[in-house]
Amino acid sequence: MFKKFQPATDIAGHTPVKSSVQRSIRANVLSQWKIEPETLEAIWPKKEGLVHVKCREHISIYTVHGEPLIFQHFDGPFYPTLRLLHKYPYILPMLKVDRGAIRFLLGGAHMMCPGLTSAGGYLPPAEAALSAGTPVAIHAEGKEHAVGVGITKLGTEEMRTINKGVGVETVTYLGDDLWTLQTL
Amino acid sequence: MPKKGKAAAAAPAPDPEAAVEPNAPPPPEPVPPLAVLYCEVCTYPPEYCEFGASLTRCKDWLKESHPDLFDRYYSDEALQAKVGTLSLEAQAKLEKEVAKKEVKAEAKVEAALKKKMASQIIIKRSERNKRKCITTVSGLEAFDIDLKKAAKQFASKFATGASVTKNLQGLEEVVISGDVSDEVLEMIENEVGVLKGIPEENVELVEEKKKKGGE
Repeated sequence: MFKKFQPATDIAGHTPVKSSVQRSIRANVLSQWKIEPETLEAIWPKKEGLVHVKCREHISIYTVHGEPLIFQHFDGPFYPTLRLLHKYPYILPMLKVDRGAIRFLLGGAHMMCPGLTSAGGYLPPAEAALSAGTPVAIHAEGKEHAVGVGITKLGTEEMRTINKGVGVETVTYLGDDLWTLQTL
Repeated sequence: MPKKGKAAAAAPAPDPEAAVEPNAPPPPEPVPPLAVLYCEVCTYPPEYCEFGASLTRCKDWLKESHPDLFDRYYSDEALQAKVGTLSLEAQAKLEKEVAKKEVKAEAKVEAALKKKMASQIIIKRSERNKRKCITTVSGLEAFDIDLKKAAKQFASKFATGASVTKNLQGLEEVVISGDVSDEVLEMIENEVGVLKGIPEENVELVEEKKKKGGE
């Protein structure tokens, strides 16, 4: 999504968000992420206005004090930016890809099932299975921090059985243009 | 600033409450953020430097500023553990690729620098009326200067109007009303405010005479 993203050309405008809309965003974020209201309050205080940065292709980035925190594609789920995820790694369910896949992930590729099901990868166990369309943190074999944020294209159980093709679509990753963009 | 003040005010608050009701569960507190170290060379967390395009420089940086982490990521055992899963051949190939990438990235940086050094800043004075001039400064963007900020700075410094406009070529330039070309040159030489990192020899003063219809 952010492989090619030029702030000069791809941003349509900044607008402060209405407080009623902010409330609904806050409620949605709280229901979609595993985050305590207090923590969310610490990263995004109620008093601080959220700024909506409208970008091309229906991408909305929400910033607090110019720092991008949340983004969204069309009406989809809210994603944290990778820097935010590094600070609070537990807010999204975690998947792991094997070492061989890191290279491709850093090039912006989507994550294929074999990379997640192989020995170095990790998928949540059957009782905590994720359904398709869940935002996930993509971690990597032998690494401490997340390397990307993605959305599952298949349920985790399906990934195990099918084991072919795209399992997780990469949304943002280490080194993409959203990563380079530290302030807006 | 209000953010910080609030956090500081919120922290001591739970204590007196806890003293009053020792049996009550402590009020929920925000989970502190994890402090993540980022490499100053490639901006990745240092464990991912190996996938970046500047591994050698990243390594040097880490060795100097965080020797303990350097040992953790680049000691022989750590390297062994990483290689463990790969065949020797694949490893050699990977290494080669990384080296190639590094050379490429370096060349790219160098080319960009060269281009930057070659680019010119043109301060142009053109006549608007008989006795009135405007000064246009173009080429500032090549030196990573925020044009809007530069315009603002010029405006407040000279107490005149200054704005960013697109010229005929579609490039953005700063337009200042009044003849301030010499002062602008001086400001660039002294690196005032946002005007930083411009070599003097790249600045050119140009004077443009309007075709004089009346004379």
